[in-house]
Amino acid sequence: MSLSLLALAFGDLFPNGIEHYAVGGLFVGLGVAVIYLGTAIPAGASTFLESTLSYASNLSRFQQYRPSRDWRVVFTLGIVAGAFVYAATFQSGLVSSSLHQPATTGEFLEVGGLTLWLTEVQPWRLFLGGVLIGVGTRLGKGCTSGHGVCGVGSASGASFVGVATFLLIAIGVAQLVAALGVSP
Amino acid sequence: MSADHEQHPLFLPLVFAGGLIFGFGLGFSHMAQPEVVLNFLQFDDFGLLFVMFGAAVVTGITFFGIKQFRSTAPLTGAVYGRRLKTLDKNVVIGGGIFGVGWGLSGICPGAAYASLGVGNITILYGIAGMFVGAYLQGYWRSASAESDAPAAAAD
Repeated sequence: MSLSLLALAFGDLFPNGIEHYAVGGLFVGLGVAVIYLGTAIPAGASTFLESTLSYASNLSRFQQYRPSRDWRVVFTLGIVAGAFVYAATFQSGLVSSSLHQPATTGEFLEVGGLTLWLTEVQPWRLFLGGVLIGVGTRLGKGCTSGHGVCGVGSASGASFVGVATFLLIAIGVAQLVAALGVSP
Repeated sequence: MSADHEQHPLFLPLVFAGGLIFGFGLGFSHMAQPEVVLNFLQFDDFGLLFVMFGAAVVTGITFFGIKQFRSTAPLTGAVYGRRLKTLDKNVVIGGGIFGVGWGLSGICPGAAYASLGVGNITILYGIAGMFVGAYLQGYWRSASAESDAPAAAAD
């Protein structure tokens, strides 16, 4: 009986299972590991925002990223391309696996055999959230990949503090926004 | 950190390959869907924990494990080190601001780039916002660095 209660609680916590989350997470870690093994660089995703601005702006803050700006563009293009590979295979139904879970949110758009996925989260939330993310990740020295994956993987005290801060605040804000009836 | 003079010919291809794997993982784990991240933050589905900590376990093993075999990276000659940042009030203030944005939108930088890859052109609102935000803090901090005398590279 206690076992079935446990299973019930587990199903509540993970209504979509855990396999695709765990497998996806391993790939995310593997992507960082591949770059690190070859270059010793623990790559994060948010520095790209500032390093790319150095192409267009002479502000001193951005110039410090000139040496890394080219590879950061390549890293970001790789991320977009990798997600596109996912879209062209699993998302489009060309490849299937018991570890994969089809999307249950947003909306699908079929374009010539390719299944695209589109969010239903309102543009103003994406834009305003994006502005705060741009300010916060750069001031706070990292994002979910820099602090959350590379920093936690490095057992960095600053990253543990960073992750705890943005996780707790984000939970509070998301619950508040939902309670105010904003959806999606 | 990265080579200024002679760059190994495999440097950029390797970075691209790493990004490819990283982006595929974000697609497969549904982190490219802001709705799924919001479901986590609203306690409807805790799967995101497996993504973030699953990835951190892999990087942790890699970061600490490789040093048992060699001390410098083959493509850059750089010494293998950990990703360590100074803990100061900016980590908390910046983390807090990022948290408000993450909670409001359900997106973060890496997942937003991946979201574009799965076809979500609406995410361009978010990516545009991120560049605006990154520019704003760069503008403020460049101005304050000039008034504070010698500009220090904080991170």
